[in-house]
Amino acid sequence: MKDLSTTAFVIAATIKVLVVFGGVMGVVALLTLLERRIAGFIQDRLGPNRVGPWGILQPVADGLKNFMKEENAPATAAQPYFLLGPIISLAPALVTFAVIPFAAPLPTPWGVVDMIVADVPIGILYILALSSLGVYGVVMGGWASNNKYSFLGGLRASAQMVSYEVALGLAVVIVLMLAGNVTITEMVWQQQQLNFWFIFPLSLAFILFVISAFAETNRLPFDMPEAESELVGGFHTEYSGMKYAMYPMGEYSHMVTSSALMATLFFGGWDIPFWTGDDAFFYQGAWIRGFAQDGTPLAANLAWWKTLLTFGAFAVKTGFFILVYIWVRWTVPRFRYDQIMQLGWKVMLPSALAYLMVVAVTVLALDQMNVPYGFTFGLVLTVVSAICTGIFLWGLDRGRTLSGASATARERLRARSQKAGLDASTAPAEN
Amino acid sequence: MPPTVKVVRRPEGRQTSYLRATLKGMALTFKHMVNPKKVTLEYPEERPELSPRWRGTHRMEVHADGRPKCVACGLCPTVCPANCIRLVGGEDDQGNRYPIVYEIDEFRCIFCGMCQEVCPVEAIHVGVHFENAEYTRERFVYDLDRLMEQDHPTALLWDPSDPESE
Repeated sequence: MKDLSTTAFVIAATIKVLVVFGGVMGVVALLTLLERRIAGFIQDRLGPNRVGPWGILQPVADGLKNFMKEENAPATAAQPYFLLGPIISLAPALVTFAVIPFAAPLPTPWGVVDMIVADVPIGILYILALSSLGVYGVVMGGWASNNKYSFLGGLRASAQMVSYEVALGLAVVIVLMLAGNVTITEMVWQQQQLNFWFIFPLSLAFILFVISAFAETNRLPFDMPEAESELVGGFHTEYSGMKYAMYPMGEYSHMVTSSALMATLFFGGWDIPFWTGDDAFFYQGAWIRGFAQDGTPLAANLAWWKTLLTFGAFAVKTGFFILVYIWVRWTVPRFRYDQIMQLGWKVMLPSALAYLMVVAVTVLALDQMNVPYGFTFGLVLTVVSAICTGIFLWGLDRGRTLSGASATARERLRARSQKAGLDASTAPAEN
Repeated sequence: MPPTVKVVRRPEGRQTSYLRATLKGMALTFKHMVNPKKVTLEYPEERPELSPRWRGTHRMEVHADGRPKCVACGLCPTVCPANCIRLVGGEDDQGNRYPIVYEIDEFRCIFCGMCQEVCPVEAIHVGVHFENAEYTRERFVYDLDRLMEQDHPTALLWDPSDPESE
């Protein structure tokens, strides 16, 4: 409760819950529009621009339409699960945002209010536990629809989730090793103290995290559960009306949360770069901005305009990753199912494990050499990570991971024709 | 192998780089995202430029006194490949032939423009026009009054700016 009275805490918490919930829902609504507008621009179209200026009221129109629509369910569907699917898919995605700090603490006449809904000490574990619950909604909906395409979509979702959850977890573990903590507010503080955002000392972890997060949110190129060109509509083929709308809403709020998480874990959260004036952390009963040379804590300078500025920084970072999500979706085609599994188990998992070892050894060595947690510490890790990232990208670039499925078959064919005394070029047509 | 088949040699698996191709694609989509080549038309406000030879819904030319130019010679229903023109001709006391019934079913019409080509008095024309939406099917059978009411430009049989098109 920090230094707030109980009444002030309850009031502040209520306001924060309402604002954050409303904010996330608002962003989700706007995202449905933004995605279609950007898709339009990328494809030299305009996107929906008829309802209100810049099409800003399109989400409202869509919402109205979905409410008016008939709620349809297959006669053979397992009704309770059919209903439960969208709920389970949406709720965890909304709840996870609660533990992400979105601005510097706000000083009020009644005490300092920290800008986070729930500053739980196990922030990261909470996110990992809840965000992967969302897949149950997909699996449940797919199974309950009693439709082979939906069922396949649900199966794919669960297989994909199992494969990429591991890499995601390992990428987070790497961050935890450097931060030495699972509290998200403290991670932001560590990044302020290190003078390095974790993207630099842990660049490969970031890459692994981003790839896994794409897979977790079921966005292209990992949208196997939906895969409209293969599975009709995937797990939500049988859904209509508002029940259907809850699935995309879940997907978008998941997207917002994981973008915010990328910004927080690797890009300093609400930290404004090259400026220590915004640093603030709750340390032993007081808000501090850092430590003096002799280790005495210095009181933080809090101000309402700093809260606003840092919120702006957080919004910019999160917005950038959301944009990347959309940008990638309209660029990269969908993977084949076996490629997803190959990438997950043969590339992501071993890379994450190896990188985990490298970071662990480096951190241990630096600690043994009594290098203080600061600029030099970060610089050494940055160099090590840059080398690891280089090796990882080089490995991916060799085409070992995502070769066409026919490549091996073609090689076998060529070997056979050479054995038969034929030139490889006279082998049967390859297409 | 028939000469029309184009053999695309796919790059061998081990030489393809998914990573670089992805980055290249991202650069391309980004270029379009920030600077889209606008190819769509915002239709109700912006209108497409139709060719002068565009063959749309019909129009009947009228004399200055409001009579249709049609002389009910029967050439257009004869030549019409879709059989969409219904013509019942009549004759007045001076011996001038005129159409009593002249109907074109625009649903059957294939807009070949042969009625316009064959008309000896340049009465029936296809028009440079495309907005024909109606609420009922019956409304698509244009009778003589309706055909005479149309005021959109009529199609040219050839483009004057392109003599070779004749």
